[in-house]
Amino acid sequence: MNHLSLIIKREYLTKVKNKSFIIMTFLSPIIMIALIAVVAYLAQLNNDKERTISILDESGLISSAFENTENTTYIILKELSLENAKNLVKEKEEYGLLHIPMGVDIDQVAKSIKFYSEDTPSLTIISSLENRLEKKLTDLKLQQGGVDIEKIKASKTSIDIAQESYEGEKTSKIDNIVKLAFGGVAGYLLFMFIIIYGNMIMRSVIEEKTSRIIEVIISSVKPMQLMMGKIIGTSLAGITQFVIWLILGGVLMMVVSSIFGINLSEMQTPQQEMMQQAMESQDMQMQAQQLMTAIYNLPLTNMIIAFVLFFIGGYLLYSSLYAAIGAAVDNETDTQQFMMPILVPLILAVYVGVFTVIEDPHGTVSTVFSFIPLTSPVVMLMRIPFGVPLWQQLLSLGLLIGTFRITVWFAAKIYRVGILMYGKKPSYREIYKWLKY
Amino acid sequence: MNNALVANEVSKSFGDFKALNNVSISVPKGSIFGLLGPNGAGKTTLIRVINQITLPDTGKVLLDGEPLKAHHIQDIGYLPEERGLYKSMKVGEQALYLAQLKGMSKAEAKKRLKYWFEKLEIGDWWDKKIQELSKGMAQKIQFVVTVLHQPKLLIFDEPFSGFDPINANLIKDEILQLRDEGATVIFSTHRMESVEELCDHIALIHKSNKILDGNLQDIKRQYKTNTFEVGLVTGNEAELTQLISTKFDTSTANFKSLNNDLKLNIKLKSTESSNDLLSFLTSKAQVNHFNELVPTANDIFIQTVKNS
Repeated sequence: MNHLSLIIKREYLTKVKNKSFIIMTFLSPIIMIALIAVVAYLAQLNNDKERTISILDESGLISSAFENTENTTYIILKELSLENAKNLVKEKEEYGLLHIPMGVDIDQVAKSIKFYSEDTPSLTIISSLENRLEKKLTDLKLQQGGVDIEKIKASKTSIDIAQESYEGEKTSKIDNIVKLAFGGVAGYLLFMFIIIYGNMIMRSVIEEKTSRIIEVIISSVKPMQLMMGKIIGTSLAGITQFVIWLILGGVLMMVVSSIFGINLSEMQTPQQEMMQQAMESQDMQMQAQQLMTAIYNLPLTNMIIAFVLFFIGGYLLYSSLYAAIGAAVDNETDTQQFMMPILVPLILAVYVGVFTVIEDPHGTVSTVFSFIPLTSPVVMLMRIPFGVPLWQQLLSLGLLIGTFRITVWFAAKIYRVGILMYGKKPSYREIYKWLKY
Repeated sequence: MNNALVANEVSKSFGDFKALNNVSISVPKGSIFGLLGPNGAGKTTLIRVINQITLPDTGKVLLDGEPLKAHHIQDIGYLPEERGLYKSMKVGEQALYLAQLKGMSKAEAKKRLKYWFEKLEIGDWWDKKIQELSKGMAQKIQFVVTVLHQPKLLIFDEPFSGFDPINANLIKDEILQLRDEGATVIFSTHRMESVEELCDHIALIHKSNKILDGNLQDIKRQYKTNTFEVGLVTGNEAELTQLISTKFDTSTANFKSLNNDLKLNIKLKSTESSNDLLSFLTSKAQVNHFNELVPTANDIFIQTVKNS
């Protein structure tokens, strides 16, 4: 076996056999799923709570706007003074009292509607009440103006602009959402991977320094081999962890949802209730179909190849920087000052990706950032589902590989000097000097 | 070629700091070569150049007459001063890994490890983690790992630090045995008594320059001052001292003895022989102690460094 594969094997096995790594690998998905289940359960519990809201309508305009729903019961109070109504509601421990006073016209009534309750009422309840009142009052005003509401309803037109490129490729809004989702997940995955496993590489370099084994090792292998072995071994351990997370997460999700019957799509807030009422079941089916076509229409081959290449390129670029930082310092607390230059472009990439790619995937900002090597992996991965010309992808990849080689050269220089330096915390100026040793 | 290792005018700078300035050494085959010098003199840099950890700016290093190449790594065993092992890795696994990095096959490494573990009576540590062992125990493992691949050239930087006297002696004997089996040893230390005990050749590096090298006996001969330490039994010390100092160059000596003797250091001129002195002394008093003052490695070290 040659040196590199020996080092990769050791790095991989020590990571994978490490107790905290094993615990993290198997516990994280369980904790995540448990958390989701608890949140879902609590949300359901909250929604299941039955509420009674009394309505004192002195104007006599709107009592018909409130139909009882599953969780909310409306009681119309009649011929009571406001004070008495309040007392009654308080006594019966109802959720609250909606007071619609008398007024000369609808506008005046609208301005003086009040909701009385013990505690601050939930936002969703209030907005649901507001929605109903607005609708009712608008209708009333239209009627007063002599407008036939039936006609307005009939004249309502729903628009979904069909999008088609000059070449005849059809797209739709849902296409865009799917593209955003795929690109976003790919970019975010890379971001997370770099942060988690870059740090792991850095720690493992520091560990070799503090345990003083480093000089023993590099009297047998070249520092460059050791660095690359570390990066590759740790990445493989990372990929193993990710795959286990995916599988375990999927299985657990299925198990939990079948045991507890928590169907996430059934989680409803009053707002969703209304939205769903509006949506016909036929629409749902059509949307599912559209979703499938949208996924089918994605440039999947391109996406997969680009994902692999940009993922590897971006990850190696950043992890060599992490390795260099680990070599430059003696302990983890000293790493802070060197982390900034790594984290800034990385976070910038995610923000640019999220804010500009949504707005305009082929605009100047997103295009430029998908060429700059430190941000290109994340931004390009987010852009690719929208279809990026091949020359742009190749140029960006070329720049990335070129920068990667320069960075590795720099990192290796810092690494080979840094691993033998003990005692003092180096400054940027000193590290610059190391490059010339 | 009788030299296992030759360094030829090796220079190395780190920025503005010159760590090695045209240093040349020749390490004879089968010798134990002491590489001496005060802290920060450049010893470790020279050792790292030999190990191909650091590349020299100028100069050449020849191993068995060949310029250093990557494959020579397997011919060298290096025990650095800053040393350690992976703390959370098991002893056996770790030793196998390090042996394989030195180019041994797994089976061969296992066989050799078994031999050494039995020899040093540490066989039952195989499945222990380094962090469970004491410092001295870990040092033993480190020693085994250094010599396991039977290198032609062994480089030890402060090999005895961390050992108790018994284990230090054990390791010393192992080093001597390895030398007898044909290995060449470069030995860097500040402990002059072990230089005295082990080394047959030395080189002294001070402020990046080599200021002295050669066979230890030759150097001692070069540095000796023809001074003899004598202990005399006499009734009248003052009179005897007066008598001797008219004939010879004397000074007060300080050594331990059982009797309450008159103790003197007597320096001879190059024309005088020790027999002349001895016969003169025996005619005047009873001689209890007669000893040539040979400079110790320690004396030579301090003197050369001070004078340079």
